[in-house]
Amino acid sequence: MTSTQMLKLDDPAQQKQPGPLRTIGRMIRVIWSNNKAKLGMIILAIFLLVAIFAPLLAPYGAQTNTFERNADASPAHWLGTTAAGEDVLSQLIYGAQVSVLVGFVAGILATLVAVAVGLSWGYIRGFGADVIGFIVNLFLVIPALPLMIVIAAYLQNGGFGVIIAVIVVTGWAWGARVLRSQTQSLRGRDFVTAARFSGDRAGRIVFREILPNMTSLIVGSFFGAATSAILAEAGLEFLGLGDSSIVSWGTILYWAQNSNSLLTGQWVLLFAPGLCIALLAMSLTLINFGVDAVSNPRLREGKSK
Amino acid sequence: MKYILQKLGLFVLTLWAAVTLNFILPRLMPGTPADAAIAKLSQNGPVTEATRKAIEAQLGIPKGNIFEQYVSYLHQVVTLDFGTSYTFYPQSVSQLVSGALPYTIILVGVVTILAFVIGTLIGVAAAWKRGTWMDALPTLSGSFMSTFPYFWTALLLLFFLGYVLHVFPTTGAYSATTTPAFTGAFAVDALYHAILPAITILVTSLGGWILGMRNAMINTLGDDYVTFAEANGLKSRTVAIRYAARNAILPNLTGFGLALGGVVGGSVLVEQVFGYPGIGYLLFNAVIGQDYPLMQALFLMITVSVLVANFLVDILYGVLDPRTRK
Repeated sequence: MTSTQMLKLDDPAQQKQPGPLRTIGRMIRVIWSNNKAKLGMIILAIFLLVAIFAPLLAPYGAQTNTFERNADASPAHWLGTTAAGEDVLSQLIYGAQVSVLVGFVAGILATLVAVAVGLSWGYIRGFGADVIGFIVNLFLVIPALPLMIVIAAYLQNGGFGVIIAVIVVTGWAWGARVLRSQTQSLRGRDFVTAARFSGDRAGRIVFREILPNMTSLIVGSFFGAATSAILAEAGLEFLGLGDSSIVSWGTILYWAQNSNSLLTGQWVLLFAPGLCIALLAMSLTLINFGVDAVSNPRLREGKSK
Repeated sequence: MKYILQKLGLFVLTLWAAVTLNFILPRLMPGTPADAAIAKLSQNGPVTEATRKAIEAQLGIPKGNIFEQYVSYLHQVVTLDFGTSYTFYPQSVSQLVSGALPYTIILVGVVTILAFVIGTLIGVAAAWKRGTWMDALPTLSGSFMSTFPYFWTALLLLFFLGYVLHVFPTTGAYSATTTPAFTGAFAVDALYHAILPAITILVTSLGGWILGMRNAMINTLGDDYVTFAEANGLKSRTVAIRYAARNAILPNLTGFGLALGGVVGGSVLVEQVFGYPGIGYLLFNAVIGQDYPLMQALFLMITVSVLVANFLVDILYGVLDPRTRK
């Protein structure tokens, strides 16, 4: 941010800002320099690779249920089999696809809504801003999980798309509020005033002048939204309110609880899917430490402090 | 005074919006509750016209146009009369809710307060000792624990401490052999049953408070008045608590208020795992049994309690931070 402003001061004729690729490259470097974020990026990369190459990695099909039931770990089934006779390891590997997909799709959609609402809320003034503020606050205070459960119950068995829609509806408000306060502080800056005086339309000012200065906040709210999306999807599937025909970490836990794995002592069935959810969610949280450091140098580590 | 009136107006408006949302949601669903029940029945065989009539009479077909329905819904809300539960027939919704409420409020309420106090204190210490192990340990373990799915922590604790080691009971809020009463023996029994759910909620919510307080405090630590206080030679504990922490805690109070309001919503997942008969478990059962009157009443109560808590925090905030009043 500072460098672009300096550039403008030095040479007012040069309006061109560094290309988006360079901005992203610089951001990734700052994030990578943070040790926590580095660990998070490595974990996330592993999960991404597992999800993409699941058909190659998994020893069996996700829903092949021709094996011995409730078997313990063996050379043929490293993590044993489920009560329905499916291979646990294969289910775990395919389950990564669902969580990664939900995290990214719901995270991106929620962030898009948050950007659109947050930026216009921060830029406009008067009655319109009050109305938007009222709606955002309503979505902020209504407890997300009960709302998700109730909506999922009303739209019963709507499948995968419904789960994503429910998560997006309940997950955009926080990001909108964060982006709004940053927009408010940026709209008073000189470069915004300059753009307004040169006759730019509001839409162009918001999305071409203000938006690029908030990249790290937007990325941060994406990771935040993706984390809660992954946890929410797993929770809904665990309660049996999701799409029970797909193989996801949440459904593995759901079937494990309903087939009394607690009693039969198959603790791997409980331990492994939950650990995967926790690790994936944690990797995103860790990356966010690095993203925070991009926008707030006080949080940076090491030499770049 | 103007500040309070303004907040009160906003509160009433939000309350109305939430109540109306609760009215709209069930009507967005395809068909009526009766349709859903009939669809469930028809999986087992054809449904006769007589059965259909019976189900419609039992579940109640919405009468009148949408406006009349809305008026009678508002009347229900004001008189707190939500009719009879489908799944726990013939108990009324109000009976079920008031039966479940004490369990949730005591369990989740006490744990929420504990988590806030402990988490904030750790967060202050972590920010003050920034860069040392006293910062790294709680920050890392806190952020790791807060990404644990609630229900997973619950399942693991239940499995190892309940089923394998038999240290704690595996389900319910009290032993089947005792009956709820105001006696010491019952209190001990109930406490014993509450320990595992309590640990679960504590473990998973502590991290958020630690991180929130630490990050807020790191920002205030960089402010001039803190540097000034340090330069004046004040004791470091005085600077940390009276100067930095006192200002950093404000944003966290909002979160605490919301968390207290969220107590009523309980922890659906935790209560479901432990079979703990609170509001969250009731909501889960209502959803599974497609018990729409119970579901609607519970969701309304959960939302309203958060709204009330939010309103109270706003008022408190105005008292604590004069800048918000202008």
